[in-house]
Formats: sequence, structure tokens, C-alpha cells
Amino acid sequence: MISKTLKLTLLFLLMALMLSFKVQANLTIRITQGSDQTTPVAIVPFSWKGEGALPEDVARIVSDNLQRTGLFEAIPRENLVSLPSSSADVIYRDWRLLQADYLLVGSIDRADNGEDLVINYELFDVLAEERLLGERVTSSSRELRSRAHFISDRVYQELTGQRGIFSTRLAYVTAEPREGEGSYQYRLHVADADGQRSRTVLTSREPILSPDWSPDGTKLAYVSFERGRPAIYIQEVATGSRYQLTNYRGLNGAPAWSPDGKQLALTLSRDGNPEIYIYRLEERRLIRVTHHYSIDTEPSWSPDGKKLIFTSSRSGGPQIYQVNLESGNIGRLSFEGNYNARARYSPDGNEVFMVHRESGGGLFSIAALNMETGRLRTLTTSPLDESPSVAPNGSMVIYALMRGDQGVLGVVSTDGRIKYELPAERSDVREPAWSPFLN
Amino acid sequence: MDLMKYSKPFALAAVLALVAGCGGSGGTQPADETEDEVTAEEVQTSDGAETSAAGEESGANAEAMGEDAMDAMRPEVMTIYFDFDKSNIRSEFYDVLNGHAAYLQANPDAQVVLEGHADERGTREYNMALGERRGNSVQRYLSLQGVSADQMEVVSYGEERPVVRAADTAEEHAKNRRVEFVY
Repeated sequence: MISKTLKLTLLFLLMALMLSFKVQANLTIRITQGSDQTTPVAIVPFSWKGEGALPEDVARIVSDNLQRTGLFEAIPRENLVSLPSSSADVIYRDWRLLQADYLLVGSIDRADNGEDLVINYELFDVLAEERLLGERVTSSSRELRSRAHFISDRVYQELTGQRGIFSTRLAYVTAEPREGEGSYQYRLHVADADGQRSRTVLTSREPILSPDWSPDGTKLAYVSFERGRPAIYIQEVATGSRYQLTNYRGLNGAPAWSPDGKQLALTLSRDGNPEIYIYRLEERRLIRVTHHYSIDTEPSWSPDGKKLIFTSSRSGGPQIYQVNLESGNIGRLSFEGNYNARARYSPDGNEVFMVHRESGGGLFSIAALNMETGRLRTLTTSPLDESPSVAPNGSMVIYALMRGDQGVLGVVSTDGRIKYELPAERSDVREPAWSPFLN
Repeated sequence: MDLMKYSKPFALAAVLALVAGCGGSGGTQPADETEDEVTAEEVQTSDGAETSAAGEESGANAEAMGEDAMDAMRPEVMTIYFDFDKSNIRSEFYDVLNGHAAYLQANPDAQVVLEGHADERGTREYNMALGERRGNSVQRYLSLQGVSADQMEVVSYGEERPVVRAADTAEEHAKNRRVEFVY
């Protein structure tokens, strides 16, 4: 259960984000399902004695980041008994009384060059009375938000043993109705993992879909209808420079980078029917993978790059299949439900996340299929969930859903306990793609 | 001689204008003073500008008539519908397809884009493939009726261009599962 104060804090945060939205067109965050097994953490506002206000509240960003994982609950600021900024001021007993398991404090000062900022932060285990982390980070004031995400990653890794995903990014597509016309303005965006600092990287009056990050996080492959027919493009995120990879007759879709970044799996119907192909970028060579008169599409690479999973209707309706790229052997993976499609591996390869509909059921949910046991776990329950994309540490899955008649992005923890949504004003948001680790 | 005559279209147009003028003044409709004046002027001035204007008018008329004739042949129904996750053609639409086949065969210069669409349920790339299969089903049917492959192109939009956005009911979803004939 989320406490009342926390709810109020979240509401305030939401309102603040909505206000900032008008300027930046970012995604806002709406927590829809909290967790009752959270570790309480006290995150003290970082001290700042310089002139004027800092552009970002670093402690607030860290606090929001940790809270969104569903593993931590930040103790509300108004309940903090004191505001230490370094270990010299920390009295463990006070924080034990507040029932904080961990304590994060920090200070921000002007660097000697008079422009940059120096952040000193420390993390404490309150019960063990032990300092876990103590680091000094320099930042320009423009990069302060990135540094806050970096500190979040460090704290998260220290407390969970798992890499944080706060410095990762999201790619997604928005469709905004054009005034007075029955058409849409499509935009491909890149934003921080918390939906902030959104940036448009492509605008088109024709559909854009299926963005996929290169494993080094520098490029996006996507499908664009900008020339009236679907074609696959590859675009550098930083510079915006891009080229058209494929423009075959018929379908050009579902691009998926191989783990080594040298190949793309994709769907083409140039031979008369939707089939999976592999495009080798260096050799510019196309290799056909599937040969079946049914639909074969939505390929995704296993983390070791030796297998592909894909959607096929060879059994009648869409189901998930796996092809071993060395032997060419194809096996069916999904048996439960009458619609299983667009599967994506977890980073450890133990599970696949996919769109699933129960036999006789009407809901299209996101589900996880265990590759060893074959057991299926349903993670979401809204009617039209699609496009699951797994965070690089395997802790969260981002997907697209309909909230009323608006498309929004949803995030669910892979254990199904935590859910939050990332809606945008006026636009439908869809086709999320979680970046790999970027640092 | 014949060539000479037709290479001067304004001569023919002048004749037409004259006929029009005669019709105007001696028609069954009640004479309108201003209309009479305009007609008289047209007949009197027989310079290039006026005649070419008249010529354009008659040309436009001919074109409009031609289009009427084509419309009569082209089926009025431009969309057929499909069952969920299916691309086979429902028998109720054979007549529509036969009509388009007859039209395309009678007009070898006519080109049609068969736009395949899916409803918003399920995944986008699977629906892209499904939309193409629907388009291909129609293309195959029309080919069997003798329509040339050069006249047809299939483009799938998957679920990206629904007729009913954020469809909810079965009826609304059904309207989105379609192939549109775009000439």
C-alpha cells in the first residue's frame, strides 16, 4: 500500500510534471499499482549554497527514480528530522527512529572554474551504521539531470546488486491528429527513461513504427511510410543522419538488431509472402531464414545471437516459434492462448515477453513465458496491450496500451508487482523501445 | 485536307460557339436579357481567345461525359471486409470483386492500389502482414478473373489507418478489417 503522504507527493509530482509538459512535451508518470514490500530510504535534499536556484533537484530525481522501481519507498521530505549533507552530520539513531533502512545525503558546490558543479554524495546503511558509498561527481549545470540519473544507478546497484536503468533512454512514436484533416502527424521521439527530456528525431505525415535500438545505443532502425510504402531506415540518434536500408516490393518491417550489431533480422514479403530474413550490414547480404506460406514476422534475437524467436501463423493463429540459426531447426514455444505474438527475450534469455490472449478471452495482455518450464505469467490486464520491450537489466517491461481512447505507454515490473504509465498530452503514444545500457 | 481542318481546332470551336449561340437565342427557356447579350458578343467576336475559351468548354464537357461513362462501369463499393485474423474473401463480396475485375479489364490503363488494413487488436507488425495477405487475396482473385498484374499493387497499412479510431465494439473492429480499392 502506498501511504497517504506518498500519494499526495505523487499527485504533486504529477501536477508539477504536467506543468512542465507544456514546455517540453515530455511524458508524465502516473503510478497505477504500487508495492507493499518496499525498503524505506531517506533521501535528504542535497545542500546548495551557491547563488540562485539549481536547474534540477538532484535528490528529488534520485528519489523518484528509486521509488519507480517499486523496491524502495522514499520517506517524505516533511518527515525528515534533520538535513545532513555529509557523514559528519549524520546521527544514525535519528534515522533508525524514522525507520529508514538507508540514508542518502549530498552537497552541490560550484567548481573551482566557477562554472561547473561538484556533487558529493554518500549512502549509509542505517542499521549497520556503515557508509556504503561516497563519491564526488562533477557536472555542468546542463548535465545535472544526467548526473542525478547516474547517482540513482550507483545507489540502486549498491542496494540491489543489479545495474540501474536510470541513465537509459526510451524511443517511442506519437501520433497527433492534424487540425481539420483526418490525418496524423507522426513523430519518433527519444527521451530519458523517466519520460523527461523528450526530443523528436523524425517527423512524418505517414506512419512510423517498430523502432529498435542498436546494441551500442547509437542508432535506431525503424519502419517509415514516408514515401507511401513501408521502408526500413537506420538513423544515428546523436546526429540525425540516416539512410534507407531496405525498400523491397511489399512489406519491409520489424527490424531487430543482432546482439553484435552487425546484422538485422527483418520481415520482407519480396518473395511473395511475409518471411524472416537476416541482413548482414557489412556484406550488404540478405539471408532468408523462414520458408512457409503462413505469416512469419516480428523476429527477435536470443542474447547469445544464435537463435531467433518470431511470430508465425503456421498453426492457424499467431504463435511464437524459435529458429536455431546454426541448424535451421524450428520449434514452437507458445501453446497456451489463441494469440501469442511479438516476443522479446529477457536479457538473461530465461524468459520471453510477448502479447498474449487467452483462449476464449478477449484481452490482449503482456505475458512472460518461461523458456525452461513453459509456464506463462500474465503481467497486464488492460484490453489492448502490445509492443513489449524489456529494460536492459531485465527488471521492467515497457509496452503500449489504450487508456480510454488514448494510447499511452505502460511500464510493468517483470514480477508484475509494479505498474506505472507514461501518457502524453493530445498525442497517442505507442511503439516503445527501451535502449540498452548507455554508460 | 482533313489534317489541316483538325489542326485548327478554333475553327471547329467557332462553329460550336455559333451553334451554342443559336441555341441560346432560339431555345425554349425564357430569354434572359444579359444572357442574350453575352451570347451575341461571343458570336460577334471571333478572335482566338474567345474561340479557344469555347473550345475548352466543349472539351470539358466531353471529359465530364467520359467520366460519367466510366463511373457507371466502376463498382460503387470500394471496400470489402474480412473476419478477424483471416484473409480469405467472404462470398458476399464476390460480386464487388467481379465488378472491379470487369472494370479493370475494360480499362487496361486503369491502375488500382489494393490497400490492406487490420483492426487495432493484436500486434502492429503481425497486422501489417495480415493487411498484406488481405490485399494479396484480392489481387489473386482479380488475377484469376483476368486482370493484368501491371494494373494492381498491394500496400498494407496494417492497423495504422483505422476507419474507426479506438474501436471498441465488434462492429467497429469489423469496419477496420478491410481492403480498399484506390484508383
